[in-house]
Amino acid sequence: MVNIPSSMDDPIPPAEVEDVELYHSHSWWTTYVFSQDAKVIAIQYSMTAMAIGLVALVLSWLMRLQLGFPGVFTFIDAERYYQFITMHGMIMVIYLLTALFLGGFGNYLIPLMVGARDMVFPYANMLSYWLYLLAVLILVASFFAPGGPTGAGWTLYPPQAVLSGTPGGADWGIVLMLLSLIFFIIGFTMGGLNYVVTVLQGRTRGMTLMRLPLTIWGIFTATVMALLAFPALFVASVMMLFDRLLGTSFFMPAIVEMGEQLQHAGGTPILFQHLFWFFGHPEVYIVALPAFGIVSDLISTHARKNIFGYRMMVWAIVIIGALSFVVWAHHMYVSGMNPNFGFFFATTTLIIAVPTALKVYNWVLTLWRGDIHLTLPMLFALAFIVTFLNGGLTGLFLGNVVVDVPLSDTLFVVAHFHMVMGVAPILVVFGAIYHWYPKITGRMMDETLGRIHFWVTFLGAYLIFFPMHYLGLLGMPRRYYEMGETAFVPPSAHSLNEFITIVALIVGAGQMVFLFNLFWSVRHGKDAGGNPWRATTLEWQTPTTPPPHGNFGKDLPIVYRWAYDYSVPGAAEDFIPQNQPNDDRISREPS
Amino acid sequence: MAVVLILVLVAVASVLFHLLSPWWWTPIASNWHYIDNTIIVTFWITGVVFVAVVLFVAYCVYRFRHRPGLKAHYEPESRKLEFWLATVTAIGVAAMLTPGLFVWHQFVTVPSDATEVEVVGQQWLWSFRLPGADGKLGTSETRDVTSDNPLGINKNDPAGLDDIIISGGELHLPMDKPVKMVLRSIDVLHDFYVPEFRAKMDMVPGMVTYFWFTPTRTGTFEVLCAELCGVGHPQMRGTVIVDNDEDYKTWLGQQQTFTQLMASGETKTVN
Repeated sequence: MVNIPSSMDDPIPPAEVEDVELYHSHSWWTTYVFSQDAKVIAIQYSMTAMAIGLVALVLSWLMRLQLGFPGVFTFIDAERYYQFITMHGMIMVIYLLTALFLGGFGNYLIPLMVGARDMVFPYANMLSYWLYLLAVLILVASFFAPGGPTGAGWTLYPPQAVLSGTPGGADWGIVLMLLSLIFFIIGFTMGGLNYVVTVLQGRTRGMTLMRLPLTIWGIFTATVMALLAFPALFVASVMMLFDRLLGTSFFMPAIVEMGEQLQHAGGTPILFQHLFWFFGHPEVYIVALPAFGIVSDLISTHARKNIFGYRMMVWAIVIIGALSFVVWAHHMYVSGMNPNFGFFFATTTLIIAVPTALKVYNWVLTLWRGDIHLTLPMLFALAFIVTFLNGGLTGLFLGNVVVDVPLSDTLFVVAHFHMVMGVAPILVVFGAIYHWYPKITGRMMDETLGRIHFWVTFLGAYLIFFPMHYLGLLGMPRRYYEMGETAFVPPSAHSLNEFITIVALIVGAGQMVFLFNLFWSVRHGKDAGGNPWRATTLEWQTPTTPPPHGNFGKDLPIVYRWAYDYSVPGAAEDFIPQNQPNDDRISREPS
Repeated sequence: MAVVLILVLVAVASVLFHLLSPWWWTPIASNWHYIDNTIIVTFWITGVVFVAVVLFVAYCVYRFRHRPGLKAHYEPESRKLEFWLATVTAIGVAAMLTPGLFVWHQFVTVPSDATEVEVVGQQWLWSFRLPGADGKLGTSETRDVTSDNPLGINKNDPAGLDDIIISGGELHLPMDKPVKMVLRSIDVLHDFYVPEFRAKMDMVPGMVTYFWFTPTRTGTFEVLCAELCGVGHPQMRGTVIVDNDEDYKTWLGQQQTFTQLMASGETKTVN
């Protein structure tokens, strides 16, 4: 591999392998549909993810209508309510956020930012998308299947997930859900291997690992984690499918269901929870790390300042990724597992707060003495800092085992995880779309619409989830179709629920402004030019915009410096692209 | 400028909401005020960090927002600053974790004089069982559950014959006596949750889980299920009444043992 000594004076070594010829499409079908170009696949992934995300948005409206105005909307019965929350959660975590960050941003940005012509295995990359689409279609099909989709909660805990007391448990719902997950994981594995190998193998000359933009570090580490974590979910899904269809007892102990002895015996529901969360906790960081990486680059570019403590940021990403594999049981403090696990998992969980806090400090310190342009990406990055900080801090409540005991399974948990892995990463998604849209389409998104979208989304989401913590503190449990008459819940709590519902409807409507902007600007946006943000990274240095098939011109770019040479003293401009030769020798890249 | 004001407003309004909102935890009715104290410590530490960071961001945006001629400072890293920030953060985290683990040790250490009280969950109701005169709960098995033995108590275990069975979802407990709640489920996951007691624990079919607490004031408290257990989940309610000693004894005297229940069941069958 390309290996550049750290001193800036060293010449770039010669290429060790020839530039490879790409597959070139021959027809409209192979260019736009069965495309092997990572950029097209990225757009396919993103559009599919946003389409299914829209379903999740509507589901959240419906569930909020029920919570805010119980009994008013009679078509939302308890069965449907549980189906809505289950599908909402599953879609948001897996089919929207994971797919969008890795399949969407990963596909578009990895080859461009590391200076490659495409992913290393374009054909497998194409298959990855089509399997993802199949997984989404199976998921959608469950809405139309007899009995409807599963209502087991997105955690799908057995034994209830496969029993008749849960919607879809004895019908098709849970079967289709598990099948969909299995296809998603197979598809993801094909894409994920591509992302990892392309970052390791496909970097252009001069692009050392410690010169990668943090966006790539985030996506790369998240993908490695996903490749290691998803198999646990795969195994759990297959086993539960066997329990449901073949009558095995991996997760099923002896059970009396509605007075009838079932044939199962000897399995343990806790095993599923361990497998699920062995996937599920890394999953939080699979969503968070790409967001961390992207937001680092947004802040740096739009504050015209190098990211503060780049190497610390890289190590923090790697350490968080590794630690996140030994914290999973903090989701299970009150699951009935051996309570002594609590000591270990509380300690590892709180240790992870240190590298995470350092990342927050470094984002904030990047703003310090910067030249802050309050562009749309910067606004979303600032909102990310606030919401991620808020959600991260409430994680210190829930991670600290004994504090979790009263708060677990209450709305405090719902508020926490929405703030930290719902709102915060989605704000980054929006910031990233406003940031890279000009590269993808050649046009800017509308600024005014963008600002309306920003304020509604940021303030609205904060108004929804900040007060919700206090309902949890009060003791209101999550996953309640209706509170009914409960002595400790005052009428004011119901008023707060109404308020939250109204805000949620408004925030949801605000997303329509974004969607309109997204499509309208393709034709009507201001012409962007090749590098509207005056950014340093390679994707902004392509010969044409949008980048052509093969990304770069005849020759691949050669990288001479790190990704953060902004406002370098003595430089003519306030940014120096990564592929600008080092004649000036003014970079002070840390080494 | 609007950005700066709103960031300040977010920080200030969050603190005011915390101080002024009417939504706060229920008055505690158990010995677990240690848990409440740990939450308070955590609120303080995290609250200070939240306000400090948000206000710092607001200040940065105010002070370093783009103006013509402004140029950013170039400083890739500062090991000293990063070291100090890491150290201070680690101390803050330790200040929350240490009391947390200390209290967790108490939480998992059941006092030797605690009375066992069994809770059995099923879709969607609660049943309870108290040890009889021998002070011991008899063994039980999901396989033994039948319509006249809904808790699956082992009829061949003499320790179970004098156990007191309480169906109908209303449990009484004596004040100031530690109880070990022994938790079972015969169908799906449930979770025995009384907000005023602060403690909760899942009930898992096929295994026995537990937690302990000491009720510290008399009163009537609502039992909720805190683990999604199917469509009837929100309706799965029960009641715990904490009595003084005298009332408790009166109530206990009115309850039936397993033997009595089985006998009355057989009588019914004969008639």
